[in-house]
Amino acid sequence: MSIDLSQFHQVFYEESYEGLDAMEQGLLEMDIEAPDDEVINTIFRAAHSIKGGSGTFGFNQVAEFTHVVETLLDEVRSGHRAMNQSIMDLLLISVDCMRSLLEELQAGDDPDLSQAKDLKSQFESILNSDSEPAESASDGGDNSGGDAVEDNNDTGGKGYHVHFVPEVTLLQTGNEPTRMFRQLAEICDNQMEVVCSFDRMPSLTGMNPEHCYLSWDIKITKAIDRHEIDEIFEWVIDDAEVIITELSGDADSAVNSIEAKSIDSSTPQVETVVEPVEQKEIASIVEQKETAKDPVKVKTKSSPPESSSIRVSIDKVDSLINMVGELVITQSMLGQLGQNFDISRVQRLQEGLAQLEHNTRELQESVMKIRMMPISFVFSRFPRLVRDVSRTLNKKIDLVLSGENTELDKTVMEKIGDPMVHLIRNSIDHGIEMPDVRASAGKSETGTVELNAFHQSGNIVIEIKDDGAGLNKERIHQKAIENGLIDESTILSDEKIFDLIFQPGFSTADAVSDLSGRGVGMDVVKRNIASLNGSIEVSSETGMGSRFVIRLPLTLAILDGQLVRVGEEIFIFPLVSIVESIQMDDTAINKVGGHSDVLQLRDEYVPVVKLNELFSVNIEETAVDEKIIVVVETEGEKMGVVVDELLGQQQVVIKSLEENFKKVEGISGATILGDGTVALIVDVSGLPKMSGTSVKQIESAHKAA
Amino acid sequence: MNTVEDLDMDETIDADQLTTEQYLTFFMEGEEYGVDILAVQEIRGWESATPVPNSSSYIKGVINLRGTIVPIMDLRGRFDLSKPEYGPETVVIVLKIEFDKGSRIMGVIVDAISDVYDVPINDIKQTGIGENKNARFIKGLVTVNKSMVILLKLEQFVIFD
Repeated sequence: MSIDLSQFHQVFYEESYEGLDAMEQGLLEMDIEAPDDEVINTIFRAAHSIKGGSGTFGFNQVAEFTHVVETLLDEVRSGHRAMNQSIMDLLLISVDCMRSLLEELQAGDDPDLSQAKDLKSQFESILNSDSEPAESASDGGDNSGGDAVEDNNDTGGKGYHVHFVPEVTLLQTGNEPTRMFRQLAEICDNQMEVVCSFDRMPSLTGMNPEHCYLSWDIKITKAIDRHEIDEIFEWVIDDAEVIITELSGDADSAVNSIEAKSIDSSTPQVETVVEPVEQKEIASIVEQKETAKDPVKVKTKSSPPESSSIRVSIDKVDSLINMVGELVITQSMLGQLGQNFDISRVQRLQEGLAQLEHNTRELQESVMKIRMMPISFVFSRFPRLVRDVSRTLNKKIDLVLSGENTELDKTVMEKIGDPMVHLIRNSIDHGIEMPDVRASAGKSETGTVELNAFHQSGNIVIEIKDDGAGLNKERIHQKAIENGLIDESTILSDEKIFDLIFQPGFSTADAVSDLSGRGVGMDVVKRNIASLNGSIEVSSETGMGSRFVIRLPLTLAILDGQLVRVGEEIFIFPLVSIVESIQMDDTAINKVGGHSDVLQLRDEYVPVVKLNELFSVNIEETAVDEKIIVVVETEGEKMGVVVDELLGQQQVVIKSLEENFKKVEGISGATILGDGTVALIVDVSGLPKMSGTSVKQIESAHKAA
Repeated sequence: MNTVEDLDMDETIDADQLTTEQYLTFFMEGEEYGVDILAVQEIRGWESATPVPNSSSYIKGVINLRGTIVPIMDLRGRFDLSKPEYGPETVVIVLKIEFDKGSRIMGVIVDAISDVYDVPINDIKQTGIGENKNARFIKGLVTVNKSMVILLKLEQFVIFD
């Protein structure tokens, strides 16, 4: 046993989380009235591999808990138990429970077993409720591990009858009935009879030598744990018909076994997940581990370390390898050219360089693609959320997902999840009305929440749409006045009114509900999205529903930039933040209070700042009308920024300025231009704050100089 | 060299005595300064940097060092010395400076590179220059070939204020 299993732990966790996701998804998809076999099988398989994995790695708490879940699932799968809402709910909660157990284990904490115990007893009561004693006996066990063998031998009735009809392909899957029987014989000390049936045997000519045409009836006359039999057939259960029935012998003994069982269950239990002997080993290993851990046990509630790995489809890797290959060819071609170069070969050099440029760009694109993942990773958690929230609120809601395969950067994805949860909760809580209200409004009782994602001009657009009551303009207006956000006399366009919900401290919910309406929310959503260089807008129609549109850059590493010149410096504005650029016209600029410049832009007044003043750049005096005002929008406020000249637009790679230097006010990062020089990226959202303090800064800078 | 060999024989000797440190030295206003050579990444000629708005006057700006954005500091400015024109001998020493929050790369503009010296740690003398505001940048003084070399405490330079 020299293999260090801990090296596989990360893989186990990842696979288990995937399994849990699959279970959750399956459960949500399932039609309770008529469960689809395939779906149940998927759920069962997921649970089964989690159980197997956690047993292998010695996470007995998880294995133990998963086992009861699996037992119940197995009954549903085999048709012995009908699916109902309460089982479904219980299964969903247990998925959560398993997930939190795994998360705690991953973080290196001792898992909190109280919920698991609670759920487990619920499972057991269901399992015990209306099925044969044999079923419940499978939960038996003892925590001492060492005694488990004897204890297990005592459970069970008079014996079992096993009807075993394998698929003809059984042998091809590497399962050997003879060995299984031998194992059975070991367990029951040879107290069994095996009857082989030749019913399925074809004629000699029609026989495939690799197929198994036999089937068996096995009668075990020793009272052993049903679970041990299950275990032997566990691996073939998908490829065979296995029916295990308890021999109806002495009724008293069956009752006895139930009593014995109920006494057992009052003591803490350890599942007999693996064979008793192995269990003993694992239990002792776990014990050792725990005792070794005890002296230095530090109870920290740390969150599990964020998984830093990423799954990349093999296609992407292949195309990358291809491109690197091409790059190497181009490089060697150029190398050859350089060895004996003369002027006549300039043409070929230029061709080679063009090819190099092409290759490099392609390579960059495909490397970026590696970080791109389908948005379904985010979307997949919403069916559960919608189900839970709508049930708490007694609303009927359909969730429609589309565009799940739209890809976006992993970092963006990680950060967009929470804002989306918030928006969806809001839609359900405030948007969709109660069924009776909907019915009386002539709408179908079931509300719809639509989630949609698509690409649009280098951005990803996420749409969250509901067909609820829509935003209540009057109430928002009223509330904004109450909260002192606007003046009573202010008259605002619809758009402006809707924008108010993104103001800090704004909530329209009449009552603070469990879900939303605490007055923190939309402003946080907006801020989170803004921090990703994205934007959010809302439109709504009373009675018809509302629609939130989130626009995000595909990646955080690249930005579409507008290059501008100020004096001799080049700065970059993120293109998304620019509303328009206009030629400066002195007559359109008014001085308010002698200092602040204001630009009259059609029907609104926009504050104007000079970038050279904000950034203390020396510029030569030029005619005013040669200058350009770039109108930018940040947090719903427009602002004019005076620059000397607009240069080109280009995609720039964002580099950190803080890594080796410090955070600079008004600058969000740096980039490297085509000629190798550095240009700074303007932090548009920081400009308004900066323009307020810039006068002081300039003064202090003068003093220092 | 003799001492080093002797000490190698006796492993119980204190590590401090065993080592000499290598310092890269450069000139600034007639004085010779030294920086730990292990921190030196490269030495490059002075080329213009992109100025960073509203930063201290001794920060000349940032440059692109093979894809990394690196600030360039004028050591004369940092020491409040007079500002000469940058000439062909003006060089930028690129330093990778370890400090309590990790490491940072920065370029330091100096007048001219001088030499590399082995300095036994025990020979480094602490100074009593007292209230001098540049004292925090000084690690110690050492005599090499009868002239003084000022050794710099690099971690102080990455604290930008």
